[in-house]
Amino acid sequence: MKSFLVVDDSRVIRNVARRILEALGFKVDEAADGQLALDACKRAMPDAILLDWNMPVMNGIEFLRALRATPGGDAPIVLFCTTETEMTKIQQAIEAGANEYIMKPFDSEIVESKLSQVGLL
Amino acid sequence: MKPDDFAFFTKYIYDQTGLVLGPDKMYLIESRLAPLARKYGVANIDLLVGQLRTSRTADMQRDIVDAMMTNESFFFRDGKPFDQFRQIVLPGLLQSRAARKSFRIWCAAASTGQEPYTLAMILKEEAAKLAGWRVDIVGTDISHEALERAKSGIYTQFEVQRGLPIQLLVKYFKQQGDKWQIAPEIRSAVQYKSFNLLSDFAALGAFDVIFCRNVLIYFDQKTKGTILDRMAKLLPADGLLYLGGAETVLGVTERFQPMPGQRGIYQVVGSGGGAAKAV
Repeated sequence: MKSFLVVDDSRVIRNVARRILEALGFKVDEAADGQLALDACKRAMPDAILLDWNMPVMNGIEFLRALRATPGGDAPIVLFCTTETEMTKIQQAIEAGANEYIMKPFDSEIVESKLSQVGLL
Repeated sequence: MKPDDFAFFTKYIYDQTGLVLGPDKMYLIESRLAPLARKYGVANIDLLVGQLRTSRTADMQRDIVDAMMTNESFFFRDGKPFDQFRQIVLPGLLQSRAARKSFRIWCAAASTGQEPYTLAMILKEEAAKLAGWRVDIVGTDISHEALERAKSGIYTQFEVQRGLPIQLLVKYFKQQGDKWQIAPEIRSAVQYKSFNLLSDFAALGAFDVIFCRNVLIYFDQKTKGTILDRMAKLLPADGLLYLGGAETVLGVTERFQPMPGQRGIYQVVGSGGGAAKAV
């Protein structure tokens, strides 16, 4: 079973994402900000990460840069999932090493479509 | 809707478009016609169907046909057909059409444009191999409304997130408020034409590949058969036909056979129509 780390400061969003991902057969862990996510990744790298942008302590783009600089941190497939929909933000995310980008609001159909594009389904 | 109105309406749509509407589609018909009743200033859909019977205008006919069409589509729909296009079909064309350096693709149910634009983006990505080539992508649909949207190349945030890789969104789209518009060089790669699949195909010219995905499911066996038979005549002996995942040629036409090992792609049986022989 592939593991997913859902990183979002909103518990509601984490729950929605968890439900969608578990229904698709993933084992899901959660983190409420980038720092907690980075700590979790250093303990055990997940197969994939669903990543919010705006979070307290450490935001999504800072987390992603830190992750990609961590040994083994190039392995997880990272999908941003954010209300940031500006083209410049999307480009920034890709440059930082994001594999895909989901613009909120999202639904299970979008998540499923993005996961199959990156080869997780 | 009264039974004789329903019978009239479903026959009218069948005659005009080949679309089969069974009794289970009553709710669909009513929900699609209700906005049109308002548009034409009549109190309910019974009166609208009454006008369609007795005093229909060309605009009304067009609106009603448009309303009954299902225009759901998305970029890279089902994924695999486009992998096959890039890995099997395109290399084949590059080889077999090397002398004339051109080929033509028909998207026979182009809907709101995602399928032809997907092909146009793939061809753009492969542009290095296509230098000096002329590629026509013709997108046709019976729905004027869908074609207008296709031509505009403007999609919602939801639409650009179904099937389209983010790298291609960044590369080929411009943000316009909360919408996304596809780049002019992709838009100009597709010619759109309003076209009814029941009408004569001759005016469209010959093609090398036809995409006819997820449209035959709306037709009865006989209509499916005649459409596919006539499509075979537009293709050369090595021409290819794409059908949707739930569609087949088996028991429908003998002019096509499955391409071995390539699910969803069909080859012309025998010599084809001989329309445009590969040189």
